Amino acid sequence: MERVPANGPVIEFRGVAYTLPNGRPLLHDLNLEVQPGETLILLGRSGSGKTTTLKLVNRLLTPSAGEIRVNGGLTTESDVIRLRRGMGYVIQDVGLLPHLTVERNIGLVPRIEGWPADRIRLRVEELLQLVGLDSQIRSRYPHQLSGGQRQRVGVARALAADPPILLMDEPFGALDALTRDQLQREFRALQQRLQKTVVFVTHDLREALRLGSRIALMEAGRLVAVLSPQDFLQSKDPLAAAYVQACGDGLDSVINRGTP
Amino acid sequence: MNVVHYFFQNHEEILELTLGHLWLVGISTLFAVLIGIPLGILSAHYPVWNKPVLGTANIIQTVPSLALFGFLLPVPWIGARADRLAILALTLYALLPIIRNTYTGIRGVDPFVVEAGRGMGLTDRQLLFQVELPLAVSVILSGVRVAVVVSIGLATIAAAIGAGGLGEFIFRGLAMVNNELILAGAIPAAILALSADFGLGWVERRLRPR
Repeated sequence: MERVPANGPVIEFRGVAYTLPNGRPLLHDLNLEVQPGETLILLGRSGSGKTTTLKLVNRLLTPSAGEIRVNGGLTTESDVIRLRRGMGYVIQDVGLLPHLTVERNIGLVPRIEGWPADRIRLRVEELLQLVGLDSQIRSRYPHQLSGGQRQRVGVARALAADPPILLMDEPFGALDALTRDQLQREFRALQQRLQKTVVFVTHDLREALRLGSRIALMEAGRLVAVLSPQDFLQSKDPLAAAYVQACGDGLDSVINRGTP
Repeated sequence: MNVVHYFFQNHEEILELTLGHLWLVGISTLFAVLIGIPLGILSAHYPVWNKPVLGTANIIQTVPSLALFGFLLPVPWIGARADRLAILALTLYALLPIIRNTYTGIRGVDPFVVEAGRGMGLTDRQLLFQVELPLAVSVILSGVRVAVVVSIGLATIAAAIGAGGLGEFIFRGLAMVNNELILAGAIPAAILALSADFGLGWVERRLRPR
């Protein structure tokens, strides 16, 4: 990883477009900055380009135009493996490896990074505690876990090598309402402690208001607005207003004001 | 009763030819695995290779076995010894199920799992050996199992070109119109095929990812 320029954005999109090989455009002229330690939410419905934006950061996709910088360096010029290992990646279906135990899943990146076995064991122990899982669970396989447990393991795995950046693609989307609520609460507390730079994709305004320091609203491959949660509720933008209206009352109380 | 009597009288030769049979099948399966799995991986990762690779293996499969032995006879070095020839022919036949199942197994790995691994920063090599192959191993093994069972049957025909194996009894019995002789080859061959099927099936179930 290159040195982080003081106070500069951690992730920076400049005129980024992405077009599928068949010519269908998914993203138009995106300009966006993610500041150190913030949780930037990409909010939008399916097809709005939010997942595409996320995958451009760790170069699962390569931009068709424009440039993306991570810690000041162009993603297209950096070593893609090093780039990816510098950011944790959590997706909705978690992507836990079904043939590995919880311990081996969490320890995967440290292991391929060549950490000694006892350091990995300590780290796994520490992470399980951090995400609120019993250490008994370490020898289980993903299919033996509940949805909430799997999601926690997914977060633990993303944090394993202590990357400064976390990319999360609807990580709590497939959970029941109660578990989701609990995990959002814990994520907020965790984020207060760890101060990672997080890019978080969701289609749920409530979740966006609750977890985000800023919300980037996307629609049909374009960035509509970037707003703080408070501003979002007051926004005159028709799309933002439509989101607020669709969600009903009581949104004001869920806003992330920096206290867990 | 005559068959049992014959088996007792000739148990040494039966054992010897059974071992010869196993050797032909074992070596050819080993070659087919070494060639077939990389070809299966290649066609799963690069779709351009899919049609030529599977197509060729399919065509080989359609050549009648006796004809294949005949075709290979004039090939230098290979044609010089019957066992080389038999091993080559058996290897060629075993390729199709192994390539096809490797292809199917790797294509069948959940794309989300592969993408998660890629997103975590696994190299292509690490993805292959730590994610794709372990998840495809039971499907690949079931291809190997089919290949072995088919080879055990086919290897009896290798005796026609003098490569030995249990086919010796069968061809000798056919020539002498002697049922005991035919059964002395057929019964051990059937037992071999059934036990290979059972044994490899057991390993396959053990390796199946949950």
